[in-house]
Amino acid sequence: MGISKRFAKSPDLAARIALKLGAGTPPVVVHALDRVNLRVMQGEVVGLVGESGCGKSTLGRVAVGLHAPSSGDRRWKGNVIAPDDLPTRLAIQMIFQDPYASLNPRLRIADIIGEAPVAHKLIAPADQEAYVADLMQQVGLDATLMRRFPHQFSGGQRARIGIARALAVKPEFLVCDEAVAALDVSIQAQVLNLFIALREKLGLTYLFISHDLGVVQHISDRVVIMYLGRVVESAPTEEVFRAPLHPYTQALLAEVPRLDQRRKDFVAIKGEIPSPIHPPSGCHFHPRCPHATERCRAEAPPLIEAGPGRVVACHLHSAAQNAS
Amino acid sequence: MRPVLEVSGLSTHFFTRAGVVKAVEDVSFALNAGEILGLVGESGSGKSMTGYSIMGLIDPPGKVVAGSIRLKGEELIGYDEARWQKIRGNRIAMIFQDPMMTLNPVLRIDTQMLEAVLAHHDVPREEALRRSREAMVKVGIPSPDERLLAYPHQFSGGMRQRVAIAIALLNKPDVIIADEPTTALDVTIQGQILFEMQKLCRESGTALIWITHDLSVIAGLADKVAVMYAGRIVETGTVDEVLDCSRHPYTRGLMCSVPACNPRGQPLKQIPGMTPSLLSLGAECAFRERCARATAQCDTMPAIGQDAHAVRCHHPLGAPT
Ligand SMILES: Nc1ncnc2c1ncn2[C@@H]1O[C@H](COP(=O)(O)OP(=O)(O)OP(=O)(O)O)[C@@H](O)[C@H]1O
Ligand SMILES: Nc1ncnc2c1ncn2[C@@H]1O[C@H](COP(=O)(O)OP(=O)(O)OP(=O)(O)O)[C@@H](O)[C@H]1O
Ligand code: SF4
Ligand code: SF4
Ligand SMILES: [Mg+2]
Ligand SMILES: [Mg+2]
Repeated sequence: MGISKRFAKSPDLAARIALKLGAGTPPVVVHALDRVNLRVMQGEVVGLVGESGCGKSTLGRVAVGLHAPSSGDRRWKGNVIAPDDLPTRLAIQMIFQDPYASLNPRLRIADIIGEAPVAHKLIAPADQEAYVADLMQQVGLDATLMRRFPHQFSGGQRARIGIARALAVKPEFLVCDEAVAALDVSIQAQVLNLFIALREKLGLTYLFISHDLGVVQHISDRVVIMYLGRVVESAPTEEVFRAPLHPYTQALLAEVPRLDQRRKDFVAIKGEIPSPIHPPSGCHFHPRCPHATERCRAEAPPLIEAGPGRVVACHLHSAAQNAS
Repeated sequence: MRPVLEVSGLSTHFFTRAGVVKAVEDVSFALNAGEILGLVGESGSGKSMTGYSIMGLIDPPGKVVAGSIRLKGEELIGYDEARWQKIRGNRIAMIFQDPMMTLNPVLRIDTQMLEAVLAHHDVPREEALRRSREAMVKVGIPSPDERLLAYPHQFSGGMRQRVAIAIALLNKPDVIIADEPTTALDVTIQGQILFEMQKLCRESGTALIWITHDLSVIAGLADKVAVMYAGRIVETGTVDEVLDCSRHPYTRGLMCSVPACNPRGQPLKQIPGMTPSLLSLGAECAFRERCARATAQCDTMPAIGQDAHAVRCHHPLGAPT
C-alpha cells in the first residue's frame, strides 16, 4: 500500500497497574503490559488477539489515552500527544468491551449517541435526531427506539449503541475491543461490512481486539498476538494463519472451533496457566509450552525478525537463526 | 426418562409506555439429564429473556404471561420469591451475558463465592472456601488465593466472565443456563471451560442451555439446537439436522453469514433488511419482510411443526415440492 505515515505509536510502554488488595497484604503489581511496541499505519487494520487477561484492553485504553502508561509514550502522526489536545482525542475513539458499563444508564439512546457530536459542533443541534437515526440504521438498530434507556436493550443491541456512539464523532482511528462479540453472525456481518466500507471511504484505521479468529482473519491486514503482557508474534494476516510461528499462536489456531466438528471431546489445558501477578521467569509461555527447554525457563526470548514484516519472540526461532 | 427441564408455551412480555414488547412468545423445549441445548438467534430475539424467565428473574414492567416451566416435574410458574431463592443458584444457575449481573462490584470475590455456597449448603466455611478455590482453578484462573481476595474491577473482562462461570458451577445445579459465557475468552481458555462444562454434564447429569452466536462452538458442544427469531423458536432439532440441513430461511441466512464461509476481505453475506420491531408484530410471519421465499400464505404466522426436526415456516427449505 506504500503508506508510511506513522499513526498512533506507543514505544516502550509498560503500563503497570498497581493493585492494592485490602489492608495488611502488600500491594501486588499486575504487569498488564511489559514493554509493548505497537505501530499502526494509516488505513491499516491491525488485529490484536491473545489470552484473556493478557493486557489487550489495557493496551487499547492506553492507545486512546484512557490510561497513562507507567513508562513509554504515545505518538499520533509522529508527535507525542499532549494531554489537552482535543481534536486528537476525538479522532481516536474506543468501542468498549463491556457495553453496559460504558453506557450512562440515565441517558436516552438519542443523547448517548448524539450528545458528543453536538457538543463538539460536528453537527447542528437541530440535526441531532436525523443524525442519530442514520447511525442507528447503519448498525442495524431500529431508529424508533432512540427514546429508550440502555437497560431496555439486549446485549447485542447495547453493543451496537456503543459502536454508533464511537462512530458519531467521526473518528480517524478506532479501537474496537470485542466490538462484534455480542452480535449474531448476520448483524456481525453488517457491522463488519460497515467497518470495511468506512475504511475504504474515509481511510479509517482500526485496532481490532477480538477472540474470534475468524473475524480477525477476515478483517485484518496484520495480526499482533499477545501473551501475558508481551507481544509474542506479529505478522501479515495471511502469514499467521498459513504458518504460525509461536507455540501459543499454534495452540490458538489448533483450538479454533469449527462448524464441521460435532460432539467434540474438549480437553483441558496442559500445564499450568501462568498468572500476571507472578509472571513466570524467562518465556511467559513456558509452563504451557510443549517445546519448553531450560533456556526458556531462564531467559526471555526477544522479538526477532522472522521474515518480511514478521516478528516472533521464541527461542525455537532465535536458535534457528543463530544456527544459520 | 422424564426431562430435567420442560418449558412449554412460555411467553414473556414487557408492558412499556410505547406498547407491549413480546420478547418471548410461545417457546417450548425439553432437556434430559446431561443434555446440551444450543440456543442461537438474532440479537434481540429473546434468548436472554427466555433464560431470565426460567430463573424467575423477570421484573416489572416485564411479566411471564403464559406457559409452564417444569424442573424435574415441579411447576415453577407461580412460585413466590422465597421459593425461587431456594432454586436460583442452587438447582438452576445462570451465567449472565454481562458478568457484572452476577458479581457485586463492592464485594470481594471470596465473599461472593462463600455466600453462594453457604446460602444453600450447611457446610463449614473452610469447605466452602475449598470449593470456591477448586472452582476458580477449573475455569483457569491462576493464583486463586490472591484472586479470591480481589474485587471484580481488578479483573479483565474474560476473567470476570470466568469467575461468574465458577460461581455457577459451585453448587452442581440440575440446569445451567450459560448466556454467551465464552465470548471474552481466547479459544484455548474457551476449550478449557468447554471441557469442564462437558465433564459436569456427563458426570453429574447437569442439563445445559448454551446461548451463543458462535455457531462453531454449538457445532462441537451441543446435542440439540433451537433457533430464535423475533421472540419465537423458528427451528429446532439435533445439531446435525439444524446446521447441516437448515430448513428455515433465517437459519440458512445465518449459516451463510459466518466469516469462514466467505472470501477474506470481501463484504460478508448478510441477511437483507432489519429486525422487525417487537412492538408492532402483526399476524404475518415475522421474517416475511426479509424472506426471499415469502408468498401470500406468509400473511399468517406459521405454527411450529411437530417433528423432532421442527420448523416454523410455510415453505421450508428442502421440502418435497
Ligand atoms: N484496575 C485494575 N486493577 C488491577 N489490575 C487490573 C486492572 N485492570 C486490569 N487489570 C489486570 O491487568 C491484566 C490485563 O487486563 P486487560 O483487561 O488488559 O486484559 P485483556 O487482554 O483485555 O483480557 P480479556 O480478553 O479478558 O478482556 C489482567 O490481569 C487484569 O487483572
Ligand atoms: N426492560 C425492557 N423493556 C422493553 N423491552 C425490553 C426490555 N428488556 C428487553 N427488552 C427487549 O426484549 C427483546 C429480547 O431481549 P433479549 O435480551 O432476550 O435478547 P437476546 O436474544 O438475548 O439478544 P442478544 O443476543 O443481543 O443478547 C429485545 O428486543 C429487547 O429490546
Ligand atoms: S521460548 Fe521456549 S517456552 Fe517460550 S514459546 Fe518458545 S519454545 Fe516455548
Ligand atoms: S413463513 Fe414465509 S416468510 Fe416466513 S420464513 Fe417461511 S417462507 Fe419466509
Ligand atoms: Mg479485554
Ligand atoms: Mg442476550
